[in-house]
Amino acid sequence: MATLQYREALRAAMTEEMIRDDRVFLIGEEVAEYNGAYKVSEGMLDQFGPKRVIDTPISENGFSGLSIGAAMNGLRPIVEFMTFNFSFVAIDQIINNAAKIRYMSGGQFSVPIVFRGANGAAGQLAATHNTSTESIYATTPGLIVVAPSNPDDAKGLLKTAIRDDNPVLFMESEVMFGLKGEVSDEEDYTIPIGKARIAREGKDVTIVGHSKSYWLALETADALAKEGYDAEVIDPRTIRPLDIDTIAESVKKTNRCVIIDESSPFASISSEMVYQLQSKIFDYLDAPILRITSKDTPAPYAKNLMEYYMPQVSDAVAACKQVMYV
Amino acid sequence: MAIAVEMPKMSDTMEEGVLVEWQVEEGTAVSAGDIIAQVETDKATMDLEVYDDGVLLKKVVAEGEAIPIGGLIAVLGNEGDDISAILGKYQDGAPAAQPTDSATEVDNEPDVDSESIDIAEPSGDGSVMETVEAVTTPSGTGGRILSSPLARRLANENNLSLTRISGSGPQGRIIKKDVEAALASGVSGISTQALPDDSPPEIVKLSQMRKAIARRLASSKFSSPHFYLTIDVDMVNAISFREQANANVEESGDPKISFNDLITKACGMALLRHPGVNSSFDEQKGHIAYHKNAHVAVAVAIDDGLITPVVRHASHKSLRQIAVETRELAAKARTKKLQPEEYEGSTFTTSNLGMFGIDEFTAIINPPNSCILAIGTIRDIPVVKDGEVVPGKQMKLTMSCDHRSVDGASGAQFLETVRMLLENPVQMIL
Repeated sequence: MATLQYREALRAAMTEEMIRDDRVFLIGEEVAEYNGAYKVSEGMLDQFGPKRVIDTPISENGFSGLSIGAAMNGLRPIVEFMTFNFSFVAIDQIINNAAKIRYMSGGQFSVPIVFRGANGAAGQLAATHNTSTESIYATTPGLIVVAPSNPDDAKGLLKTAIRDDNPVLFMESEVMFGLKGEVSDEEDYTIPIGKARIAREGKDVTIVGHSKSYWLALETADALAKEGYDAEVIDPRTIRPLDIDTIAESVKKTNRCVIIDESSPFASISSEMVYQLQSKIFDYLDAPILRITSKDTPAPYAKNLMEYYMPQVSDAVAACKQVMYV
Repeated sequence: MAIAVEMPKMSDTMEEGVLVEWQVEEGTAVSAGDIIAQVETDKATMDLEVYDDGVLLKKVVAEGEAIPIGGLIAVLGNEGDDISAILGKYQDGAPAAQPTDSATEVDNEPDVDSESIDIAEPSGDGSVMETVEAVTTPSGTGGRILSSPLARRLANENNLSLTRISGSGPQGRIIKKDVEAALASGVSGISTQALPDDSPPEIVKLSQMRKAIARRLASSKFSSPHFYLTIDVDMVNAISFREQANANVEESGDPKISFNDLITKACGMALLRHPGVNSSFDEQKGHIAYHKNAHVAVAVAIDDGLITPVVRHASHKSLRQIAVETRELAAKARTKKLQPEEYEGSTFTTSNLGMFGIDEFTAIINPPNSCILAIGTIRDIPVVKDGEVVPGKQMKLTMSCDHRSVDGASGAQFLETVRMLLENPVQMIL
């Protein structure tokens, strides 16, 4: 096992896949000469040259469309968005072209492409740079949405995403790029898309959290453990297709569920999870499923307001106690 | 000039009417005498006629709404007439500018009575219903036992009724822990399985008829001092008389004469011989009216209560006539087609529960009558005749009398006459 930063794990995945398959290339703003805005692609220009590590103008709609065209013609692009907040400029390319061309061409074209970059809130970046986009993209049939919470998952899932013949939105986080973790040394290490991970076993309540929220879920479980409650923590890892069966099995055991999801609350990932859970395992629920989300407002700038806006461990602990009736 | 169409008084006991169905659309021209709606009173469903020509400018009342006598139902007039003044004059369907004082003391005087009580009625009804519901629905949960889906499933799997478990969750919600505790404490499922969940009662709003029964009979029972006289009648002769009278009805197609018809006739004849019983006590006017005609009302059970159509001049009608008329009236009563003149104006009433096997009972006087006769079943019992015990056919009649107008002796003499007629029925055809 090697200890890698999250960004190093991403880089390792891209590098391995570019060595393995010369159709794979990386494109985006500052990915080459600057070594990546968050240094994810550091050294890759030197290793693979300017034909496979390509700097672009500030033109998300343009380079996204160009890359989709390349994918339709047999290449396997990795498109880096400096953050998914900027993907909104390219949303027509992603939702109307990448997601639908395979369907509309009756399978004559596939679009093997990965859009990756930072997603969600990252501190005092204010309203337009703090959006959680997973529910926006996951609502679209034809798109795969992955949001790993740690270096090991980041590496294994990104390699799988690059090999997938469908468009994948691979969501990272500015505040996790420096996160260190054990990463498997296994040669050609991949993790299947659509499989959740039971990160911690417990019997009293199931806490679900993906990406950064996974870490809140773990903290919540720790806080509950100090009071003698035994929480199970699940990281869905893939948003769509969602591994609801793993979550449902857990809730069948604990009978109670709290979801931490930093998305805006309305029609969010947690909304969908609650719907699927109650429809599948209604008779196993001993309490309403609760969730902790960001507040239903644009993200504020002020530090204290931003803390208030984001899901907090204390809120999650309170929700868990509420569903446990303690 | 716009004209108000008010709720008319359609029977002497009516206080309000329910607009059952509109039969004319707004904007339609109507003439005097046209029927614009159906109105349900305490007795029947009747046509609502207009008394003026004009265009139906506005339906003020929705179908199903109850309106007191004199309340605004609709506005007639010419196209374009300003109706706001009329609408302003009536509020909440109540009559315009009626005094509300002295409401309770004029209870027996229908004209004044209806107005004052009706003004109070709409709000009164509402609060009564709310009170009833509040009593029967604990903690605002609609009477439902709150439980988590898991608790419900566990209870079901263990044949445990949720009514036997107390909930510890929010608003008393039964949760997994509570079911487990109940199972651990040995609350057995088998014996409790037969018990149904606690259900709130079904709340049924009072119909016009139910309101009328409640008001009139409570008023009768509480204001007129009842006393009761019971007499046992030998029905052997009546039975053979009736058999002979009905011997050839199959060919003639005439209706069979019933025992009830015999009693109606007997009462009619006895009433004329004992005018004290054929009377009405009127406290307001300070008099007793002794009626010259014997109009015998017959209580008829119908779906929603009962009604008392009247056989007029029962004393002078033949048994066959009484039989025909009573059947027609009863049929109309059951279809709510009785007209006011068919159920008003009685001087005496009979009520028969013999067909249900009731030996004897006491009835409540049907005002403004002084007496009511309660008729029991004809019993097969041993009787002593000429010192011998022989099989008998006996029927008990119990008369309730208003002691304000009828004394024991006059009531007894009346009953004696009725018995004599029933025991010698041939006297009723002389």
